[in-house]
Amino acid sequence: MKTRLLALLCLMLSMPVWAEEVKINIKEFMFMPVVLNVSVGTKVTWVNDDQIPHTVAETRKVFRSGALDTNDSFSWLFDKPGEFEYFCVLHPQMTGKIVVTQ
Amino acid sequence: MDIRSKRPQRTDELLNPDRRTLLKCSAWAGAGVIWAMSGGIPRAFALDETGNVADPRALASSFHFVQISDSHIGFNKEANPEPVKTLQVAIDRVVALPQRPSLILHTGDITHLSKAEEFDTAAQLLKGLPSTVHYVPGEHDTLDEGGGKLYLERYGKGTRGNGWYSFDDHGVHFIALVNVFNFQAGHEASLGADQLAWLADDLRAVSSSTPIVVFTHIPLWTIYQPWGWGTEDGDHAIAMLRKYGSVTVLNGHIHQVIQKVEGNITFHTARGTAYPQPAPGTAPSPGPMTVAADQLRNYLGITDVRATQGDHPLALIDSTLV
Ligand SMILES: [Cu+2]
Repeated sequence: MKTRLLALLCLMLSMPVWAEEVKINIKEFMFMPVVLNVSVGTKVTWVNDDQIPHTVAETRKVFRSGALDTNDSFSWLFDKPGEFEYFCVLHPQMTGKIVVTQ
Repeated sequence: MDIRSKRPQRTDELLNPDRRTLLKCSAWAGAGVIWAMSGGIPRAFALDETGNVADPRALASSFHFVQISDSHIGFNKEANPEPVKTLQVAIDRVVALPQRPSLILHTGDITHLSKAEEFDTAAQLLKGLPSTVHYVPGEHDTLDEGGGKLYLERYGKGTRGNGWYSFDDHGVHFIALVNVFNFQAGHEASLGADQLAWLADDLRAVSSSTPIVVFTHIPLWTIYQPWGWGTEDGDHAIAMLRKYGSVTVLNGHIHQVIQKVEGNITFHTARGTAYPQPAPGTAPSPGPMTVAADQLRNYLGITDVRATQGDHPLALIDSTLV
């Protein structure tokens, strides 16, 4: 019981770091920005502004959204450093990259 | 007035410098164009305002079939808030044809988001067609969680792999290819090694004098690489087809008519029934093109394919939904 409470407290204390959020717009069949640099713990949210559905699919299948219709969004929390290349499975010429650093 | 000649672009120059004159012909007829093979050379015959062909050689057909494409049931944006209605108009068109088509090909993107209710609505409407419909999936039909499971449950019975198959009708060998699975970042669509191996095997029993119709969603030839309008390993399939006397490759995906002829192979993409898309490279992206509501049906349509007895049997007639 006590440990769980402590864990919760730790989580709450670390909230400000975890709450960092960055948005990527999908517009005119492009991810904007195409390359995004973030630090570990950033939550990235893709929002589709097009009239056509798109998806967000990491090339090694680390993350993969469903079809995002107009105004739909998809979020992923980057909790490890690394480079994450992704594309739209409907329009594979649409590619982007998230660079996560410590 | 001829709406198509007013469109700001002709793609012929871009795609087909050597066929410029020939393809220009396709720009003048408002009602449509019939393509007929004559001595190995495809000829365009203009249709008059009533949709008739002056030259009877072009229409002396022993059987015909219809291609419909890109219904996108579930789409509801500005470019066409009611694709159900326009699909119904297309179906009515097919029903009204003077001669019932032997069969109908649907070249994919039946639905917009692969939702079960979209498939249901489409199936309900397409039931109204007067002949058997043969399907291939579009990438919009593979967006369910199962990645195409819903499509294959409905239309995949008796097919191979991700839904490819072949059949014969009226002496024509029809081949349904699927190029909307396993997309790779930065690459065009692909058929994959398994499907190509199956195709080689399928063709083994087909004599070179048999007319062949290949139908698949994304163009088998590269129309415009920056927009992914092509199939990366499509040339492997095309190479297998070169020895045949009459090959017609029918696609959808790009929501507009573009045609090219290479030897005995005619490549043709059909209009959709939902919304138009810009000509290659004429817009920042291939997104839906919004035209005046009273013009929309000029950009939507169906393709009628007629076979005449003789060496070069297939002629293609595109007509809009006006
Ligand atoms: Cu996309």
